[in-house]
Amino acid sequence: MHPFAYVAPSTVAEAVAVLDEHGDRARPLAGGTDLLVKARANVWELDAVVDIKNIPELMNLSVGSDGLSIGAGVPCYQVYDNSEIAAEYPGIVDGVSIIGGIQVQSRAGLGGNLCNAAPSGDGICPLIVHSAVAKISGPSGDREVAVEDFATGPSRTVLGKGELLVSIEVPKPAANSGAAYTRFIPRNEMDIAVAGVGVFVQLDSSGQNFESAQIALASVGPTPILASAAGDSLVGKPVNDETIAAAAALAKEAATPITDMRGTVDQRKQLVEVLTGRMIKQAVERARG
Amino acid sequence: MTTNSPSKVHVTTTINGQQHELLVPPYMSLLDTLRELIGLTGTKEGCLDGNCGACTVSVDGRIVDSCLVLGAEVNGKNVNTVEGMATPEGLHPLQQAFLEEAALQCGICTPGFLVAAKGLLDNEPSPSEGRIRHWLAGNLCRCTGYDKIVRAVQKAID
Ligand SMILES: Cc1cc2nc3c(=O)[nH]c(=O)nc-3n(C[C@H](O)[C@H](O)[C@H](O)COP(=O)(O)OP(=O)(O)OC[C@H]3O[C@@H](n4cnc5c(N)ncnc54)[C@H](O)[C@@H]3O)c2cc1C
Ligand code: FES
Ligand code: FES
Repeated sequence: MHPFAYVAPSTVAEAVAVLDEHGDRARPLAGGTDLLVKARANVWELDAVVDIKNIPELMNLSVGSDGLSIGAGVPCYQVYDNSEIAAEYPGIVDGVSIIGGIQVQSRAGLGGNLCNAAPSGDGICPLIVHSAVAKISGPSGDREVAVEDFATGPSRTVLGKGELLVSIEVPKPAANSGAAYTRFIPRNEMDIAVAGVGVFVQLDSSGQNFESAQIALASVGPTPILASAAGDSLVGKPVNDETIAAAAALAKEAATPITDMRGTVDQRKQLVEVLTGRMIKQAVERARG
Repeated sequence: MTTNSPSKVHVTTTINGQQHELLVPPYMSLLDTLRELIGLTGTKEGCLDGNCGACTVSVDGRIVDSCLVLGAEVNGKNVNTVEGMATPEGLHPLQQAFLEEAALQCGICTPGFLVAAKGLLDNEPSPSEGRIRHWLAGNLCRCTGYDKIVRAVQKAID
């Protein structure tokens, strides 16, 4: 590893100042499960890492009547161990429960997953379908960016020089709603998604019709993809095999995968269709309680 | 707070119940800190990228891959390694069960499995076989085929 300095500021302002000073030769350190792997592989040459875990706002996890707030440094296990979050945001829990194994989940978090911007990031699609927002602080102040717009390419994000992700804000889900995420991997655990699908649905009070739906796809494009046409196709439609199959076919069309060692274009598109159908059904089941 | 030169970081940490004061190079992993600065070589290095779990230690009661933690990050924390498992009275029940069930061949994965399994049993006294296998998915073993390891963990429960 290139010999970098370690700084552990206790305020956002100090962290931003160090990041701004060093530009792309410094990076925030959350759980380090991507950062330290990449630093060791000399993906970057870093002069400093900025440990964000002593900054209280970045370690805050709160769930209440106005939604869920996840600090950028909160590790996965704290999210899935929280029974209120598990009950209200099961789709987000689906994602954090499959990132790595237990050792990785002790350290890795949704903030790092989002900022690492892998197309396969398992935490990102559940946030997108919940219309989550990223809160960012930087040298010229604070701003908010929709999670669906956060990644701009593989390992690329909207973050500019000196900017830091502070938290992810998830609005409280409407009544009669449910969400789910799954991925396909050849093993049971510890692998990178060949394809992943997250779904959020809101049903009417009868539980028989879709009021709204959001579908997002992982590992089938340069960034996680919000498949708007697929989600929109369900609005106002009854919950049945036909409407679900039609949405799944549209999700398949929205996928723009590549062929690599993990899977081919055809396999990935096929997976998107199958997983979308399954996740809509699971989200409906959860919405019906 | 200076960031100009990677000066060593002053770390005060408790390892296996004993307080240590260390000057750690800021880019040194917790794995190397344990093995090279402190001489605790029970924790093993395998892949150095978080996949094998041979380097598993516990930090404040949570198991982590020490190759993906910086030594500088454990300031003020409680670290436990395989060396902290046995007591003067004898082996930890997991260690005893691993011996009796022959849950190791070459042994390089064993400290990681022991620390990981302890992390489970400390919090869940009687996990199912499925739960044990899921919990240990972050630990790889090239030799045993896992069954003997899972059986040893089950034996330690009894
Ligand atoms: C063995 C193993 C298995 C894995 N399995 C999976 C998996 O199944 N699914 C999956 O999605 N991922 C997986 N990963 C990748 C990784 O664990 C996740 O992406 C994780 O969510 C990263 O979080 P972190 O807190 O460790 O991030 P870090 O490594 O600390 O940071 C990741 C990136 O984000 C930047 N960053 C961190 N915090 C901020 C911030 N607040 N503001 C701006 N930038 C920031 C860092 O500089 C770095 O570039 C795996 C990794 C390993 C080692
Ligand atoms: S050496 Fe740390 S996980 Fe393999
Ligand atoms: S005993 Fe050899 S790797 Fe497990």
